[in-house]
Amino acid sequence: MDNLPQIVSVLGDGIPETVIATLGGVLLTIVLSFGAGLLLLSPSRTVRGVTRVYVEGFRGTSEVVQLFWIYFVLPVLVGFQLLPLFAGIVVLGLNHGAYGAEIVRGAIRSVPRAQYEGAIALSLSPAQRMRRVIFPQAFVEMLPPFNNLFIQLLKSTAILALITVPEVTRQAREVLIPNYGSDTLLIFGVTFVIYLVLAGLITLGMRLLERVASARLGRRPSRAARQAAKATAGVAS
Amino acid sequence: MPLWDWNYAFDILPDLLLALVTTIEITVLGSVVALLLGLVFAVLRRLHIPVLDQVLWAFVEVVRSTPLLVQVFFLFFVLPQFGITLSAFVVGVVGLGIHYATYTSEVYRAGIDAIPKGQWEACTALSLPRLRVWTGVILPQAVPRVLPALGNYVISMFKEVPLLLAIGVVEVVNEARELGSLTFRYTEPYTIAGLLFLLLSYPASMLVRRLERRRAAA
Repeated sequence: MDNLPQIVSVLGDGIPETVIATLGGVLLTIVLSFGAGLLLLSPSRTVRGVTRVYVEGFRGTSEVVQLFWIYFVLPVLVGFQLLPLFAGIVVLGLNHGAYGAEIVRGAIRSVPRAQYEGAIALSLSPAQRMRRVIFPQAFVEMLPPFNNLFIQLLKSTAILALITVPEVTRQAREVLIPNYGSDTLLIFGVTFVIYLVLAGLITLGMRLLERVASARLGRRPSRAARQAAKATAGVAS
Repeated sequence: MPLWDWNYAFDILPDLLLALVTTIEITVLGSVVALLLGLVFAVLRRLHIPVLDQVLWAFVEVVRSTPLLVQVFFLFFVLPQFGITLSAFVVGVVGLGIHYATYTSEVYRAGIDAIPKGQWEACTALSLPRLRVWTGVILPQAVPRVLPALGNYVISMFKEVPLLLAIGVVEVVNEARELGSLTFRYTEPYTIAGLLFLLLSYPASMLVRRLERRRAAA
């Protein structure tokens, strides 16, 4: 227990990297999820096909392979090397964006047909239909699965340790284990707590967003959606 | 030097395929742990045993919200201090198995919750013993329903095996790294490794999707 202050401080040094990787990854995930998710609903076969290749390509391979590929192989092909943290964010975003695209697609398709028909009957333009009627309803449905996806992303930041990003997991493995070899239980105990707190913050933020989005629809957040999301966490349906 | 050397690619293919076997072994053994342990968790949670219920809940939440890599390091570095030394392979199987058991337990739970209340009442009316209720009535209905979801987790596990290179398991990606370090050519090994994953997991997920559709139709 004597080394607790040092352990906490070394792990603490890794928190900014973990947080930056998570936030950067989440941002890129959101952009790609909505971009690719909407393209998956495009009327054009070609557009859908190309987007499918992206989605299935990233869902079908291992994240570690993607990371190594972008970090070690891409430089050989294009001639410049990405910074480890940046390469990490790109992979986290591309990978989780592929899963997020399915969430967006599924949520938009789950809006009842009658809502489309109602919007057409009110002679709303396609853009208005999406923005005013379909999207706000789909958005509420997306939040619980996105909560899971973001926690998944936070957990994935640990693999950035493999390409030398000094985030929390790497601090534990490369700095603390060699120096405080007898305190392993403490080291990983604190590491678990850090990730738990960060995951808790994500959930807190998403619940808040869920409440706001539901209130704007005049609904209460549904427990059922969250339960369902929990049973399919980790694999986007 | 060409960007892609076919001769080199064919040279390393056998080694990569051999390492793929290790990846598959870990996936299969890890799945067995995850599917059985998850079921145990789900049934135990359902029984609402005081204290055990809270402990299990906390355990599941912690495991679900922290990285698998950290859990693997935990098993690899902490357990030996308590006199339990496991090989990297076993740590991989146990780590993946426990991590995914917390996911599968939620899946089983959803399946069990979906069983109509009348089924439970009928069991009571027939005064079936507790064990028979589970093995004869509830699980045979709950488990087939959630098979597609479980299948998806098995595929996810397969894709997470490369994490274990961090503790020295020689699976596909680690083998690719070692092959690459001999020749300083990483393009072929990593690309082939990626393709091998796609080649196995894409058809598998198609299969699961078909199963899903069949279930939905039935």
